[in-house]
Amino acid sequence: MSVTTTEIPVLALAGASKSFGAVHALREATLELRAGEVHALMGENGAGKSTLVKMLAGVYRPDEGTVKVDGAAVAFHGPLDARDAGVAIIYQEPTLFPDLSVAENVFMGRQPLASGRRIDRKAMHDQVNELFARLGVELDAERPVRGLSIADQQIVEIAKALSFEARVLIMDEPTAALSGAEVDRLFGVVRTLRERGAALMFISHRLEEVFAICDTVTVMRDGAVTFDGPLAGLTSDDLVRQMVGRDLDALFPKETASVGSQVLKVERLTREGVFTDISFEVRAGEIVALAGLVGAGRSEVARAIFGIDRWDGGSVELLGRPIHNGRPNAAMRAGIGFVPEDRRQQGLVMDLSIARNATMTRTRALAHLGIIRAASERALATEWGTRLQLKYHRLDDPVGRLSGGNQQKVVLAKWLATQPRLLIVDEPTRGIDVGTKAEVHRLISQLAGEGLAVLMISSELPEVLGMADRVLVMHEGRLTGHFTRAEADEERIVRAMSGQTQEVAT
Amino acid sequence: MSASAPPVDAGSQDRARRLSETVFRVRELGIVLALLLLIGVTAAIEPRFIHLGSLQDLARNASIYAVMAAGQTLVLVTRNVDLSVGSVLGLSAYISADLLSHGSPMIVAFVLGILVGGACGLLNGFLVTYGRVPALVVTLGTLYAFRGLAFLLTGGAQINAESLPDSFLKIGTGTVLDVPTIAIIALVVVIAVGLALRNFRSGRELYAIGSNEEAARLAGIRTSRRVVAAFVTSGALAGVAGVLFASRFGTVDATAGNGYELTVISAAVVGGVAINGGVGSVYGAALGALLLGCITSALIVLKIDSFWQQAAVGALLLIAIAFDRFIGLRLDAALRQRSAARAA
Ligand SMILES: Nc1ncnc2c1ncn2[C@@H]1O[C@H](COP(=O)(O)OP(=O)(O)OP(=O)(O)O)[C@@H](O)[C@H]1O
Ligand SMILES: [Mg+2]
Repeated sequence: MSVTTTEIPVLALAGASKSFGAVHALREATLELRAGEVHALMGENGAGKSTLVKMLAGVYRPDEGTVKVDGAAVAFHGPLDARDAGVAIIYQEPTLFPDLSVAENVFMGRQPLASGRRIDRKAMHDQVNELFARLGVELDAERPVRGLSIADQQIVEIAKALSFEARVLIMDEPTAALSGAEVDRLFGVVRTLRERGAALMFISHRLEEVFAICDTVTVMRDGAVTFDGPLAGLTSDDLVRQMVGRDLDALFPKETASVGSQVLKVERLTREGVFTDISFEVRAGEIVALAGLVGAGRSEVARAIFGIDRWDGGSVELLGRPIHNGRPNAAMRAGIGFVPEDRRQQGLVMDLSIARNATMTRTRALAHLGIIRAASERALATEWGTRLQLKYHRLDDPVGRLSGGNQQKVVLAKWLATQPRLLIVDEPTRGIDVGTKAEVHRLISQLAGEGLAVLMISSELPEVLGMADRVLVMHEGRLTGHFTRAEADEERIVRAMSGQTQEVAT
Repeated sequence: MSASAPPVDAGSQDRARRLSETVFRVRELGIVLALLLLIGVTAAIEPRFIHLGSLQDLARNASIYAVMAAGQTLVLVTRNVDLSVGSVLGLSAYISADLLSHGSPMIVAFVLGILVGGACGLLNGFLVTYGRVPALVVTLGTLYAFRGLAFLLTGGAQINAESLPDSFLKIGTGTVLDVPTIAIIALVVVIAVGLALRNFRSGRELYAIGSNEEAARLAGIRTSRRVVAAFVTSGALAGVAGVLFASRFGTVDATAGNGYELTVISAAVVGGVAINGGVGSVYGAALGALLLGCITSALIVLKIDSFWQQAAVGALLLIAIAFDRFIGLRLDAALRQRSAARAA
């Protein structure tokens, strides 16, 4: 538990409310962060967690209520004020400058200076390298951020927050894109900071992470705080009940589907330096999981199959017909749906409406004489919005106004609505709350039951074990394991993930 | 904590960085090569082209554009654009020449030219940031407004070289050790702006704003203030260019600098400044200005119709944009592969 617990909270929110038009994002929320404590903030997608964070960050000002630093009410006029008060934030969405170097991203606005107020590049790079060493990662401080994987982008965000001696560190879903090892390292840093007396706040949809690192917890539902207290003595079920307001059904309601004929056949697929010699098939009604560590090349295989990246060797067949190399449009027309990993960048047009985003892949079917009918667009969007428990105000609002998790749901809807023959989903439940997770699983499993072939990439072992008919495991760009549902267990998969080749099932 | 770093192929990291660095070098090198090629070919056909006098002329022509391109780069980098610079040049050229013809000292003319330009920039900047009107619209409007103001001031009159002091005209026509004075001024301006953009926080923040404005705001950057500053600098440098214009040509009327804005923006884009913000250097933009100036001179020397000059500039722009696009895609792919290789 905590080492020191002082009485006065370092940073607190007292009775704060915030509305966006008719949406009450936050209702009289109270929350206190104390030195030497890791505080969890939990709640479903759209519960108001990120809104609360932005209030502590000085991005939003509360409509009612106050922000308190060391017990005294303050008014943050902008992010700068919060930073000056010693508050560091890791936002849910990466806030990086793709054109600038990693080091500049970490130190933007605070670059170390040499004589004459010139930027001391060497000192800057040294400090960033030091930070990365502390985080145990190898990242080149001088390369541009453009092209970094989401996990690496998250590392840069973390380095940014650690780059100044913050008294308060607030992390909005920092682990969503990280692999197990990276999460462990982050937690190591978090523990060190806690011992040094920093106050920390941690947001995550993964209960096991919350239990692993946090001391106290605040649970929110519909913008209001429903629980606040020490974590000790609570069970996962208690937390879930507070979040969702009811008990959850089985988390992985897998339906048994009859496996049909071959839909996807991948043979000896290779992309130089990324993945090598990948062969597998997916049949109708089957869910095949692609497991492995972050960076093992799983997403890259998916991107190649869908035609976003070109492959250098091998072949892909869909329903017995070859798929052309590097042509996403052709892949889509042939019946492949693809839910990408980086949904914000690759899956959504932020300024367009929720309805338009959700139905974008279906424009042709919705169009009548070339004109999209708003009514049919809305009908389709409403249908999927309901199925995925989308939390929105109006379908005409720009999708950028949704909470992070609800944006993910829109991308899912967009591809599920295409009624593809093969659905490739990369991390289907990343950033999605526990309640909806089961819903997404049920949906995928139901679609498979209707004869859809599913290729699912997931870093969450319970998800893989619970959902998949067959499990493929990748390590450093190669297939190192292949298990049927009966054979698959945690130990075998983890061993294959670390590169120990397993006997291939037939 | 002291977790040991995982064994990683550090070589691929270096390569990724070197690759992206090389690309930017290649961009500027490419222009230098194109320049040399152009001069070489033209000189082969018409040897007079590389006589000292015509090279000096070439440098003088490019200098005015280079000064304006430096200012334009600041604005473009923030993902805005300043279309009014040609009109600002006209305004500043007329006002400073008018002062000089009435006997004001040179320093006053320079300072006033800069102030007039800066004020124009301030107006642009305020309308863009606090008025929340897109820069394209604002500066298109002020392009006409400032030009109209110049017509109002001149009342159709023209200032001739005879009424300007010789010492002033010397700046535009004289040389120091065979290098045109005006080119030295331009060089100083370009290097100063280049250093500011590269080595100072305020300069880097302009790139941050152009790269991701929302993130810049979250990083505590006062984005509006910075953008206004970029517009003010662009305006002030257009003001400087106006004074230089007066001293180079001696004759100033309300149409001075008409259409310069397009040449200046073309120069910046040819020089690798991204119209989408976040990328580019002042040096590239200045080199772009030199290349465009060189094309103009070469076509004149070769007695080719001026129609072809416009076609040539257009072609050059398309080539530059296609090149950027191509390199950008390659670079993206390469960087991604490197990170993938690293993670594996
Ligand atoms: N700028 C905005 N304009 C309008 N509505 C907004 C805006 N930002 C947030 N909202 C709404 O406020 C509510 C709370 O959103 P918030 O982002 O705080 O949720 P969250 O708890 O962080 O969810 P998640 O787990 O999905 O990240 C949502 O209903 C969202 O649509
Ligand atoms: Mg959120």
